[in-house]
Amino acid sequence: MQLSFKKHPAAALVPTTSLADLLPGRQAVIVELDLPGELATRLMTLGFVPGNTVALVRTAPGGDPLVFRVDGAELALRRDTAQQIRIDSESISPLEEP
Amino acid sequence: MLSGSTPGARSVAPGEQSAPKTAPVRSRPRLVAIVGPPNSGKSTLFNRLTGLRQKVANYPGVTVEQRVGRVKFPGARGEVELIDLPGIYTLEPRSEDERVTCSVLRGEMPSVPKPDGVILILDSTNLARHLVLAAPILSLGLPTIIVLNMADALRERGGQIDVAALASQLGAPVALVSASKGEGLEPVYEFLTGQFGVPAPSELPVIHDVPRCREWAMRLGQRARYHPPAPPVWTRRLDALFLHPVYGVVIFAVVVVLVFQVIFSGAQPLMDAVDAFVQWSGQQLKASLPESAWRDLLLEAFWGGAGSVIVFLPQILLLFLFIGILEDSGYMARAALIADRTMARVGLQGKSFIPLLSAYACAVPAIMATRTIEDKRDRLATILIAPFMTCSARLPVYTLIIAAFLPNRPLLGPFLWTRTAAMLGLYVLGFLAAVATARLLKSSILKSEPIPFVLELPPYRWPTVQSLGLRLLDRARVFLRRVGTVILSVSVVLWLLAHLPLLEGRFPPIEQSLAGTLGRTIEPVIQPLGFNWKIGIGLISSLAAREVIVGTLGTIYGIQGDESSASLQAALRQDLSQAGAVALLVFYAFAMQCISTIAVVRRETGGWRWPAIQFVYMTGLAYISAFIAYQVVSWANG
Ligand SMILES: Nc1nc2c(ncn2[C@@H]2O[C@H](COP(=O)(O)OP(=O)(O)OP(=O)(O)O)[C@@H](O)[C@H]2O)c(=O)[nH]1
Ligand SMILES: [Mg+2]
Repeated sequence: MQLSFKKHPAAALVPTTSLADLLPGRQAVIVELDLPGELATRLMTLGFVPGNTVALVRTAPGGDPLVFRVDGAELALRRDTAQQIRIDSESISPLEEP
Repeated sequence: MLSGSTPGARSVAPGEQSAPKTAPVRSRPRLVAIVGPPNSGKSTLFNRLTGLRQKVANYPGVTVEQRVGRVKFPGARGEVELIDLPGIYTLEPRSEDERVTCSVLRGEMPSVPKPDGVILILDSTNLARHLVLAAPILSLGLPTIIVLNMADALRERGGQIDVAALASQLGAPVALVSASKGEGLEPVYEFLTGQFGVPAPSELPVIHDVPRCREWAMRLGQRARYHPPAPPVWTRRLDALFLHPVYGVVIFAVVVVLVFQVIFSGAQPLMDAVDAFVQWSGQQLKASLPESAWRDLLLEAFWGGAGSVIVFLPQILLLFLFIGILEDSGYMARAALIADRTMARVGLQGKSFIPLLSAYACAVPAIMATRTIEDKRDRLATILIAPFMTCSARLPVYTLIIAAFLPNRPLLGPFLWTRTAAMLGLYVLGFLAAVATARLLKSSILKSEPIPFVLELPPYRWPTVQSLGLRLLDRARVFLRRVGTVILSVSVVLWLLAHLPLLEGRFPPIEQSLAGTLGRTIEPVIQPLGFNWKIGIGLISSLAAREVIVGTLGTIYGIQGDESSASLQAALRQDLSQAGAVALLVFYAFAMQCISTIAVVRRETGGWRWPAIQFVYMTGLAYISAFIAYQVVSWANG
């Protein structure tokens, strides 16, 4: 699998944090997927792709898994998977609810 | 590592594709595959075009194997066959169900010829993501129509798309339809019966480059002036409630208790009515026929045996009604989400929870549904524990024994009654056995790296009366067929065994019949569990299917029947002590008495090894637990 796809060109330049650290009701831009190739490809197909904005909508009762809004749909990931996804910490902004 | 590796074969680039099949003479019907992401409405469209009844529900991963059907619509010219397939996100499969779709598309599936064309069905309310799948599918070079489904939802939520513009970009026909309402299907009919043309998209991205594919899809969307619909407001409101850290869990618990209360107590009047009818018609028959062995056979095997199982139809239908509401509304996926943490603790993941939930109806489709689980070991563990979940075949047995031995009293005010509580307890018992077994397996022979859990949450939808009605109708049919075949034949065989060999030309007392001898032979083995030879006959006969024991006991008591012990419950009380009844319940909670389950486990695991291990394990556990239960309750009762 071509690893370069998992990284945004700007990855090296911006301060990043983990997607799992996002607070509910906030959104951010994905920078990098630090996951095995096959899984990264699957997550990218589902919208967790560098450059795309994802929002944390809520967590399941108990705090795990996390429910993200990506491309208008809602997807659940476990916290430890989200931990492997890096987001641009400067891009974090409140999610404007329509 | 055992987890799904991508097969080496990649999809073929357009240039390498063999010439399209436009031969005027077709020896076999044209075969068109329905392909699309999970939950996009493939099965709904398949049902609409073929008139068949594939299972449809509102969560991803419902269809797990291919199903072929002939199209049936007004003016269908020529023969066209459709094939409904499991949902895919890409042509690189990660799970067994996705593998099915990919191998059918490549023509590698034995027994299914390579499709001549493709219906690519995408959710129009989710086009940003779904359009990405068009890239690999169009590069297959097969004649393709792109169907944008859920037009009704798109319209309602104020979304828009220029179908003609999209069609010219993709170089293939595009239709905006509502599969569930049957709107806008004319282009699909035309595609199926018309000249098949190979799609000529204006551009295609390199299909293994996900970001490029997404950019391509985005561009397409822009050129087709795609205006995404407003977000589903109600879904968000309901999720805020159902996934709330406190209310979510409380609602879950209340719903479960209410469901049990309704299934157990609410169904009673209906069951009594069916019972009264069975009794009454039996009396009528008895009065109108001359006395003969045939009349006895009819009354004791048909009415006594099969009749006593029919009584449970209302209860089972109620159970299926609730499961149907759960599945059609979209709550199923939320339940899997809530359960994920618990499942993680035993080494499984939330995706295993969906098959386990559907095992409450029946283990057979549940075991099929494990195909959606990516990790092979997780899948096997789920297959092995699924039969512990309380399936609907156990319901008659539980209901009969609980009603016979436990007086119904309010336990928690008017909300929870003793019998409901006992029933709930048995469901919990089965669940605990499943969880404990999973933990055992996942920490030993089936240990694996935890595989990430990714679950798409569909929007909530109203379950329609029509869809629920059809489900119930299908269920009633399945149940009645079972009663009419398995249960009836076991009852008849049993009746014969209970009347043979003839002693001096007359029927023997049941103790000396073949059935009686059989029961008494195994009696020493089951005596420590508090069961006598009659229960023993029931146990043997229910190796075929659990609820058969009800029919068997009905037949035996029918044969013995003096008028006074007409009721099965009353008769049962003479043969079982309270401790024995508890032991019998525990035995049924754990034992693997179901030929269909054994067969499907063999099929899905590809051999006899796992079903054999499973059978021995479950039966052993059932025996030991029933023994302990009997001894403990006997001792407690003094
Ligand atoms: N509003 C609306 N709902 C639809 C339409 N078509 C299907 N649905 C619903 O969408 C859900 C999924 O439908 P299915 O036909 O099971 O989808 P599928 O693509 O076969 O799903 P999998 O087999 O899980 O991949 C069900 O709840 C359907 O009732 C439609 O045109 N409009
Ligand atoms: Mg389907």
